[in-house]
Amino acid sequence: MIKEYLDLLMVDYTLQIITLGTAVLGAVCGMLGSFAVLRKQSLLGDAISHASLPGIAIVFLVLGVKNNNGLLLGALLSGLIAAIFIKGIISKTHLKSDTALGIVLSTFFGFGMLLLTYIQKLPNANQSGLEKYLFGQAATLLASDVWLMSTIATIALLVVLLFWKEFKMVLFDADYTKTLGFNVKFIDTLITSFIVIAIVMGLQTVGVVLMSAMLLAPAAAARQWTNSLAKMVLLAGLFGAVSGVLGTAVSASANNLSTGPVIVLIATLFVVFSFVFSPIRGLLFKQIKLWKNRNDLKLMKTLSFMYDIVKTHENISHPHKIQMLNNFQGYTRKSLKRLQAEDLILLNKSNWSLTEKGFLVAKNLYSQEL
Amino acid sequence: MDDEIPKIAIAIDDLTVAYNYKPVLWDIDLQIPEGVLMAIVGPNGAGKSTLLKSILDIIKPLAGSVTVYGKPYKKQRDLVAYVPQKGSVDWDFPTTALDVVMMGTYGSLGWIKRPGQKEKKLALEALEKVGMLPFQNRQISQLSGGQQQRIFLARALVQNAAIYFMDEPFQGVDATTEKAIIQILKELRKAGKTVIVVHHDLQTVPEYFDWVTFLNVKKIATGPVAQIFNDDNLTKTYGINYKTSITEGKL
Repeated sequence: MIKEYLDLLMVDYTLQIITLGTAVLGAVCGMLGSFAVLRKQSLLGDAISHASLPGIAIVFLVLGVKNNNGLLLGALLSGLIAAIFIKGIISKTHLKSDTALGIVLSTFFGFGMLLLTYIQKLPNANQSGLEKYLFGQAATLLASDVWLMSTIATIALLVVLLFWKEFKMVLFDADYTKTLGFNVKFIDTLITSFIVIAIVMGLQTVGVVLMSAMLLAPAAAARQWTNSLAKMVLLAGLFGAVSGVLGTAVSASANNLSTGPVIVLIATLFVVFSFVFSPIRGLLFKQIKLWKNRNDLKLMKTLSFMYDIVKTHENISHPHKIQMLNNFQGYTRKSLKRLQAEDLILLNKSNWSLTEKGFLVAKNLYSQEL
Repeated sequence: MDDEIPKIAIAIDDLTVAYNYKPVLWDIDLQIPEGVLMAIVGPNGAGKSTLLKSILDIIKPLAGSVTVYGKPYKKQRDLVAYVPQKGSVDWDFPTTALDVVMMGTYGSLGWIKRPGQKEKKLALEALEKVGMLPFQNRQISQLSGGQQQRIFLARALVQNAAIYFMDEPFQGVDATTEKAIIQILKELRKAGKTVIVVHHDLQTVPEYFDWVTFLNVKKIATGPVAQIFNDDNLTKTYGINYKTSITEGKL
């Protein structure tokens, strides 16, 4: 099946365009999504993408035709207005940001849906297909769309490189950045604007409903693998691009699978995999570490029990019967062998004795000076 | 210092701050002489952090002005360094201790320019001063609360400012870190710097500081600890009678 797909990719120009488009989209969204996640503005992306729907509908009503770039411009304006509303509500009222996001998201989206249903009843042959902006339709990507996406992606990359230091500092500590004399509002606006642009870029492919997942999933996955911002941004871009390419491949190989949702599902797989298997923050390794710690604790308990027996003798390496440990619950043959492997005790047939090292370790077990 | 008139490092005039019409700071007039190590004390919600933030233009005051050595604060930013409350940032941010301290050099670098070897050297020196050099490559979430506080202090030290504002630098730190921090603050004072600290532990005020400001929405009193850190001012600030061990025997 993979070979069939690759053969198809070689000859099918449309598929090449779509693959390139989804890859670029995934990369940009992953990169900029990292900033949204770290700015704790994950939901902002969701609100803005939903809020872009009325913009699309209004532009269609005004123009009367489906001009893709025109519609996206409408989406951009509508998204930006929503962003301004959200920030305004947060700063001017007592409402918290989640409430502000919720209000703006549902109001704008509801209004957009209203317009959409109105448009569908119009006696105009052009209106069909406008609902593709709800869930996206990658198949409609043209070479010119991909060119535009690539241009925007390049600009976004340049801006991120140029203002890397400023972005990083604002994301970590905006108040402090202000005291150094930087215009935090400008940096903040720049970040938000690019997030809005990335969202609008993806509307045609992924749609308003799922777009925020494109933004957040690669970034959330990338965060699990690294503790460096630069690596996180790069990884998120990579995860996003791979999700785009794989998603396109899957939907091209299987008939009638919508590309947008498949891309989003693959990006989500990255998240699940990363949350379980990442060596620094993954659940699996955390659990293994916990088990190991518990085991170590058990060993140390045994050792400390041995120490209590040994310390009554003059000679610390004086051998004792293993049976002596019987009335103590925390030991097994295996744990004794592990203690021996760590050079803490010596086993000799049915006898055990503490080594010099074992004695010292046991003695310092409960002192915090280590 | 008693013989000559000390220079005024910070002068605050009629500063008033309100959140949603509720005054947080009311008509504050405050002059902070150069070279003091000053504590700002007051109960929770007295506006201590807000005072720092409005001096530093992080919060816009309703009225009032702040001058630093006679000129508006905005023109004197490079003379002032700020240590925010430790809890004000997300310590799970993907970055290292050294990276955070390097941020102290960003102000003098200005827009776009990247830090180089010179900046790294300054940051390493500051890390050394706070005893955090061995932890320079640690991810910041893997530092203890005390170590995180030291990192914040180092970031401000890198700025080599004349005036330091610190928001509760002793909160949630261990005894060793507290000693290390107060040592550094005293060294700063010795070097002629002005240090202003929002402080919670009244017990240590006479030991650590030579100047104190009592604040509870209004300014209650300000002056040398030896003269004004007494039951009368404590009672006025905290509203309850402070005939306690805090001042007894220490003054």
